[in-house]
Amino acid sequence: MKKKKWSIYVLEVFGLLLGLVWISPFYLMIVNSFKDPRGIFSNVLTPPSELNFVNYQQAFEDLQFVRSFFNSLMITVASVVIIILFSSMAGYALARNKSKLSSMILLLFVAAMLIPFQSVMIPLTSNFGQIGMLNRVGLIIMYLGFGCSLSIFLYHGAMTGISVTLDEAARMDGANKLQIFWRIIFPLLKPISVTVAILNVIWIWNDYLLPSLVLGNSSQTIPIRMFYFFGQYTRQWHLALAGLTIAIIPVIIFYFTSQKQIVEGVAEGAVK
Amino acid sequence: MKNKEMTFWLFITPVLLSLSLVVILPVLMGIFYSFTNWDGLNFTAFVGMDHYRRLIGDEQFLQSLWFTVRFALTSIILLNVIGLGLALLVTSKLKSRNLLRTIFFMPNLIGGLILGFIWQFIFIRVFSTIGDVIGVEVLKGWLSTPATGFWGLVILTVWQMAGYIMIIYIAYLQGVPKELMESAEIDGATPGQKFRHVIFPLIAPAFTVTMFLTLSNSFKIYDQNLSLTGGGPYNSTQMVAMNIVDTAFSGNQMAYGQSKAIVFFVIVAIISLSQVYYNKKREVDL
Repeated sequence: MKKKKWSIYVLEVFGLLLGLVWISPFYLMIVNSFKDPRGIFSNVLTPPSELNFVNYQQAFEDLQFVRSFFNSLMITVASVVIIILFSSMAGYALARNKSKLSSMILLLFVAAMLIPFQSVMIPLTSNFGQIGMLNRVGLIIMYLGFGCSLSIFLYHGAMTGISVTLDEAARMDGANKLQIFWRIIFPLLKPISVTVAILNVIWIWNDYLLPSLVLGNSSQTIPIRMFYFFGQYTRQWHLALAGLTIAIIPVIIFYFTSQKQIVEGVAEGAVK
Repeated sequence: MKNKEMTFWLFITPVLLSLSLVVILPVLMGIFYSFTNWDGLNFTAFVGMDHYRRLIGDEQFLQSLWFTVRFALTSIILLNVIGLGLALLVTSKLKSRNLLRTIFFMPNLIGGLILGFIWQFIFIRVFSTIGDVIGVEVLKGWLSTPATGFWGLVILTVWQMAGYIMIIYIAYLQGVPKELMESAEIDGATPGQKFRHVIFPLIAPAFTVTMFLTLSNSFKIYDQNLSLTGGGPYNSTQMVAMNIVDTAFSGNQMAYGQSKAIVFFVIVAIISLSQVYYNKKREVDL
């Protein structure tokens, strides 16, 4: 018994040390973001001697943070809403229709998940460019196309737990298909909608390559702006680190406000 | 009946249309273009297998492919060992287990681009400082050689994704029945024996999931590659995804870049299909 207590104690210390190592990059980013270049040069490991927000002011302006934040937010929210809307409808229709065609369409969506982004990006951007759709609307359509497969798959799986008798009862009461879906089925799919939303928010918010190819220099998102910002301040670590800290703050807030749902959603998306 | 069909199509048309526009049409066109002299807008001639023949002799592409394979294999081993280790740690009786779970998972939510920049600072500035202080030469000049670039990318990827793998292992570990663990304990099994003979066989299905997930994820990495090393020094740490982007958009060789993209597609598809195959086979075995 004594031996066991001792080993738990060792494990506890080991766990905490590992946790400290794990967050040390964030610690180093934050402490050095308050220093001037000389401060970083003289000692990179210690906390700053004073809390100086000059770096943050300049990084905030150069990142055009308010603009890029709202651009990212608008693109993410619009894409995720559309993905949830259309994927849930499709998941429902495909689950309720038992025909061979229906299962073949589902297979098509699943098979499309095999195709990596780099394999389609060149013709994709060329096509959208030729019809003048290399803009935010085009980007949102692309997110629907790339994101719908996994989402439909998850909705389709969740539908197996929702009995057909519900549809039939509602039809008896005179509801049409659209009403049945929106009033009866969609509310029951809420847990899976949360999963779908979380998986897509994480992906779209952080995505760099697709928006950089589609949006170019206009209406920039946080990752795109961050890329240019970093290029501008290569080796000017004090400014770069302040910018990186600013860029991370929204994600950290998101994580701490809905950690439970995020972890559950990610687990569900991966295990399926 | 007709009406029912109508609603079916009404419900699936938006996604079917966007999937066709965004994935299916481009991939078919991409296969076609890889046999032409397409410049991004037009093509004037078929070139047959020329691009693919050129690809076999393209040293930079082959080097990227080899680098990606080495990177992917190293990452999946480390990710699974560390991910499982973290999962065992945070499902133990530690007081700090919830805090640790939060910490280990955190990097996963932040974009690879941003994390790559943070680690660039760690490797270049912090490593060299620590190297100076404790007098270890190995910590100096990180990311300036192919070897340190390689390990830098591995460390970044493992740090970012281990929490994700941990979450998957936790889901399987929670499926291990408590009674089984208790009876093993009563029978006098040591923690090591419990792991080897009780936990390990029960979470074996998790390995197939995480192995292929980490394999295809590490194969497709781009953002981390771009922000941490940018492919440097001298393109020695350039992975396949970046090689394709560079060929097409910096080198402006659209059709040639597309032929690389098709080869990439075939490799990724083979990886994913073997996963489906193994999963099916495992289900049959059970």
